[in-house]
Formats: sequence, C-alpha cells, structure tokens
Amino acid sequence: MKVIRSMVLVSSDPESMERGAQKIYRRLQQEIEKFGLQDEVSVAMVGDVGRHDALPLVIVYPEAVIYGPVKPDDVPFLVEEHLYKGRIATRLQAPARELSGRIAWLSARQGTLPAQQRIVLERTGQINPDDIEDYIAHDGYVALGLALTTMKPEDVISEITKSGLRGRGGAGFPTGLKWRFVAQAKGHPKYVICNADESEPGTFKDRLILEGDPHSVLEAMVIAGYAVGANEGYIYVRGEYGLAQERLARAIAQAKEMGFLGRDIFGSGFDFEIHIHAGAGAYICGEETALIESIEGKRGEPRARPPYPTTHGLWGKPTLVNNVETLANVPPIIRNGASWYKQFGTPSSPGTKVYTILGNVNVTGLIEVPMGITLREVIAIYGKGMKGGAAFKLAQTGGSSGSIIPASLQDTPMDFDSYSRAGVSLGSGALLICDENTCVVDLARVLLNFFRRETCGKCTPCRIGTERAYQILSSLAEGTGQLSDLDDLQVIAKSMAELSNCGLGQSAAVPIRDILKHFSAEVEAHIRLKVCPAGACPMSGRLARAA
Amino acid sequence: MDVRDAPDVLSVVQTAVTRHGTSREALIPILSEVNQALGYLPTAALTEIHRLLKVPGSQIFSVASFYRMLSTKPRGEHVIQFCESAPCHVVGGREVWQALQDALHLNPGETSADGKWTLLTTSCLGICGVGPVVVIDNDVYGNVEPEQIPEILARYA
Ligand SMILES: Cc1cc2nc3c(=O)[nH]c(=O)nc-3n(C[C@H](O)[C@H](O)[C@H](O)COP(=O)(O)O)c2cc1C
Ligand code: SF4
Ligand code: FES
Repeated sequence: MKVIRSMVLVSSDPESMERGAQKIYRRLQQEIEKFGLQDEVSVAMVGDVGRHDALPLVIVYPEAVIYGPVKPDDVPFLVEEHLYKGRIATRLQAPARELSGRIAWLSARQGTLPAQQRIVLERTGQINPDDIEDYIAHDGYVALGLALTTMKPEDVISEITKSGLRGRGGAGFPTGLKWRFVAQAKGHPKYVICNADESEPGTFKDRLILEGDPHSVLEAMVIAGYAVGANEGYIYVRGEYGLAQERLARAIAQAKEMGFLGRDIFGSGFDFEIHIHAGAGAYICGEETALIESIEGKRGEPRARPPYPTTHGLWGKPTLVNNVETLANVPPIIRNGASWYKQFGTPSSPGTKVYTILGNVNVTGLIEVPMGITLREVIAIYGKGMKGGAAFKLAQTGGSSGSIIPASLQDTPMDFDSYSRAGVSLGSGALLICDENTCVVDLARVLLNFFRRETCGKCTPCRIGTERAYQILSSLAEGTGQLSDLDDLQVIAKSMAELSNCGLGQSAAVPIRDILKHFSAEVEAHIRLKVCPAGACPMSGRLARAA
Repeated sequence: MDVRDAPDVLSVVQTAVTRHGTSREALIPILSEVNQALGYLPTAALTEIHRLLKVPGSQIFSVASFYRMLSTKPRGEHVIQFCESAPCHVVGGREVWQALQDALHLNPGETSADGKWTLLTTSCLGICGVGPVVVIDNDVYGNVEPEQIPEILARYA
C-alpha cells in the first residue's frame, strides 16, 4: 500500500487555468516522478482555493504552505526544495494577507460575521475532488449516516426548516417548506433534481462547487431523497460544464462502490440512485419546469404553473428541485444542527452566500460570505477596490436577471429581506461591479440582447417584448431615440413583468425599470443631447455595433 | 455530408443509441453525442434516430433546433464562440468583438466562404472570471485583448 506523505493541490479556478494551472499540474507530476516520489506524494487540481490575489496557487499539505503565483518554470525548484529536500521554498511563498487563509472572516463586523467560516466551500480547495476517501476524511457522509440511522424523514425536514435555509437558485424559497410539500404530495415514485444548469451570465459558483466538492452534492441529494420519500435523483448539469460532469460521474461510481448510493444505504433499507443528465445549451432550461421538460427529452419550454413540480414534476410525479448551493448547505446543517447554522448570516436569512465578483474591480473570483454583508464591503475587502481607482457607479446582482443597484444602495445588507425591502433582488449570486465608464443604456441593451436570444418564444409578451425593448435601446445607443421611446419601454416592461409565463420574461423587465428609475437623466441625455455621457455607446463613434 | 458518408452517420447514431437506449429521455443525450461526433446533425442522422426511437421526425427536428450546442447545419472547420453577455462586455468584450470583425468579416452564425471558420455569438460560457472570453473549438481564451486576436486565429492555420 502507498503511504502518502505529502499532498500537493493546484488551484484550478478560471483565473488559475488561464494562467497555466494545467501546465503546472503536469510539470508537478513529471518532476515528482523524476525524483521518484510518485508513491509518496499525490497531486490534484482542486478548483477554487479561496484566495484570488496570487493565482495560480500551489498548496502543499500537511504543512499547508501556500505558494503563488506559481509559474510552470518554478515547479522544478519547488519540488526539489520542498518535496525532495523538505525545506520550504520561501521565495515562491504567497504573500501574507489580512484575510489569512480563509474567506468570510471579518472580525470587526459584529453579529453577521462571527468567526472565519466557510460552510458550502468548506472543502473546495482543500481536498482532492476525485478521491472519496479525502471527502470522508473531512467529515464526508457523516450527515448521511446520521440522517439515515438516527433520524426519521420528518426529523430531517424539520431540522432543515428550523435552520431557515432558503433556496440559493435565485428566488429564495424556504427549503424546508419545499421539502415538506414534496414529502406530503400524493403519488409515487418521487424524484429529487439537482439544478446544476447555471447559465446565468456571471455566475459560476455552482460549477466550482461541483468541481471542487462533488460528493457534498451527492450526499445532500440522498438525504433529500430520504426526507421526501424519493429513491431516484437527477443532476441536470449545464452542457458546457465538461469537468463538472466528469467529476460527478466519478464521484457517483465511488459512492456506489462504498455503499453510499444504491441499495440499502448504511443498512437502513433505504435505496437511492443518481443519474446525470447533461444540458445541450439553453439558458431557459435552468427554470425548473423547463428543466423537467428537457430531461423528458423535449424542448425546454416552461410549463404553466400551477400545478407546481412539488406535486406534478418529472413524468407528472412529485419532484423536488433544488439548486446546487442550496443542497451543499444540507450536510453541514444535518451534521451540526440548525441552531449552529443560524449563528451565521442574519436572523431572517441565515447562513452564508457564495458570490462571484466580476467587472471593474482589482480582484475577481469566488467568495463565501455571511448573509448580510454589504456591497461596499465586498468591493473593498474582496474586490480590493475599484480597478484603476475609478468611481463605483452601479452593480448588477444575480446575473442578467438580477437588479441594477446604484451607488446609493451599496450599504444595504445583502440578505433576502433587506434587499426585497429596497426593491432589489439578490438573484443567483453574481456581482457585476461597474465603474463610471459603464453606460446604463449600453448595459441594458446587452442584457436585453441576452433575453431576446434566450427567450423560449412560447409566450408573446416575452418573445416580442424582449425584441422590441432591445431595438429601442439600440436606437437610443445609436443616437436616434425619441422621448416617446421611454414610455414605450415602460409599457413593454410592464407587460413583460405582468403577463409572462415564467421568470425569464419577468426579469427581462427589471433592467429596463431599474435604469429608468435610478439613471433617468443619463438615459434622457442619449435622447435630448444625443450624447452618451459615459462614452460607451456606438453613437460616440468609438466602436461598431456588436451583435 | 451525403451518400458517401452515410454508413458512417448510421454507425455513429447506432453507437449512441446503444449507449443511451431508446426511451424518449435518451433523445437529447443521443443528439448531443451524434452532434459531437459529426460536428452537426445531418438529416440522415435525424432520420435514423426517428426510426430507432419512434419519436416523430418533426419533434426530433424541433428539439435539435432548440439547443445551442446542437446544430442542424454544417459548421466550419473551426467554430469560434464569442461571449456577448454583460460581464464579458463591461471588461472589454466590445473591443474584442470589433477585432474579430476586423479579422473575419463574418456576421454571427455565418461560416466563411472557404469553410474554415464559423463565428457564433453566445450567452455566458461560465468562465466569466477571466472575461472577455473567446472559445475556439475546445480551446478557451480568457482575458483576451483585441490585439491578440490575429495571433490567436493564426494558431488555427
Ligand atoms: C429563466 C430562469 C432560469 C433559471 N436558472 C436557474 C439555474 O440555472 N439554476 C438554478 O438553480 N435555478 C435556476 N432558476 C430557478 C429555478 O427555477 C428554481 O427556482 C430553483 O432551481 C429552485 O431551487 P432552490 O429552491 O434551491 O433555489 C431559474 C429560473 C428562471 C426563471
Ligand atoms: S416568459 Fe419567455 S421564456 Fe418564459 S415561457 Fe414565456 S416566452 Fe418562454
Ligand atoms: S459572461 Fe462571458 S463567460 Fe460568462
């Protein structure tokens, strides 16, 4: 048997991949073999390790030394010094930083941010996602064991209810309540679906959870199945997420072999199977009823609701649909209890939230912070400020279907209730930070272009509305708009919001309303003065029109 | 793709059907696999899937035309996907698009006359952390600067 003495982890978030993480990984393997260390040292690509300031990072355990930014040519030195000679390769060490090793640690802020704590991402970047034993060594499948051997399905549901967990897929629906609906629904069999479609522009948190810690989602699905009375689950993964699909497939095979999936799990008599279903490229398939149609082999067009999937889902049977991040919260809650969970976040939105930070900030990437943090803090602490010292102008939360937030709202706590009181939606967790050079008309035009290409076309207000709104915004951007266009935009937004069958058409109205509400002077300048104050629109002559 | 290649098409379809089965649920996985193997979904493939799965041909076509990763039209030798969603757009996507236009003179969805390039604009590709993003075949280019475009395209000479 091999006795692994050291474990070497290579960060493989998008930024690290861009900067050669793959090459570093291969170089590490070569060098380790060159020194004949392949039986003592294991190497893995692990996803997002939580620091974004010195990527790519190489972490060597058990010493937990962090090296970065590492270049492929640094690898021979690193292997020789640290793994062969056993000395820390000081010159490659990553700079120390105030956030010290873990995300979500802000001791100065009272109440919402207690200790340093990652819940959903507690293992990503720390374990080898291809190795179930590593997961088990980090408390993996403990929650499943507890649930199946010491709790009744009803106990599991009430623990989740008590935790106050709310869906992380966009709408914030109370998870325990949804589980109860499915548990009480008549009809057999029942299904559990993990919504891993994640096509929301700017959002890739679910992908990094699946790539970095696939077993946590499997474990949660089995627990969910036990709670609601289902013996079969589907993971609907976005078609483009090849690595996530591979890792899930491997994780399923390993879990089956170990007896955490399949028949008579933990000798409890409970059986559960999980299938992977890959999408084929369609944003609308993230909508839960469209997703179900797609699994059934049809076009991904949303169904009319009610009835809801909780009673009439996959093949007309009661179906639980939960987001990846929602599910990843389940094992820690079961393992540590609802009252443990409630100490994080705010009383009405407990727990943490995983966000992607993008746009005009110095550091982009993935973070997990307690619910209730503010945008200003996110930009200052995790984004390391605005790029080039430019002024913050607006943020879009929650991907294209989120809200546009002006600077005046940047101190509103980011939790479901505070945001909805401010008329803003938190959405899926993408934070697109924009500086003063961003034009709101141009941004809205790009967003409506997204909606017009992703509408399934089934209902008229959405199909025609997104196209019309896009054309009007384009004419404003080109300097050929009229004041009456603004009324037209309001009418279109109203009809999309009120008459659309699903959330896509409803959220297409949001950017239109938000720019007219918060930035009307800037929009009107495009019409009255025929100028784009930010200099970004095609009429300012800098650029030809994109698609 | 016609008579000459027909047997090949059929065997690709049959392999996919053997792997995924003939239930309705298997339709999209089969279409994806065939599309991946052949680059697109020729009519002969759709007809064969219709024969094996007994799903009406019109429904197969309607599904095949719904999803972005499936194509019922042949594509060029190299497929360029340009992400035009907001997160890539605000960090310089527009300028990259301009550079692609200058280099290729293609409209979104078009294939060049020599069959070398197909230019697609797409929604977010899920790699926004390194925007602006261009994907050519299976190669991902992130943090793209407009000046890099000619050099990137030259790699596919
Ligand atoms: C157009 C549209 C796209 C959506 N895309 C996703 C998605 O990619 N992932 C996701 O989890 N939920 C998505 N949702 C929300 C789902 O319909 C559903 O509410 C969610 O999966 C429920 O999970 P939760 O309760 O755990 O949040 C989308 C909704 C709409 C209207
Ligand atoms: S609102 Fe739009 S996306 Fe939703 S069902 Fe109607 S047409 Fe389709
Ligand atoms: S927005 Fe361009 S890849 Fe996501």
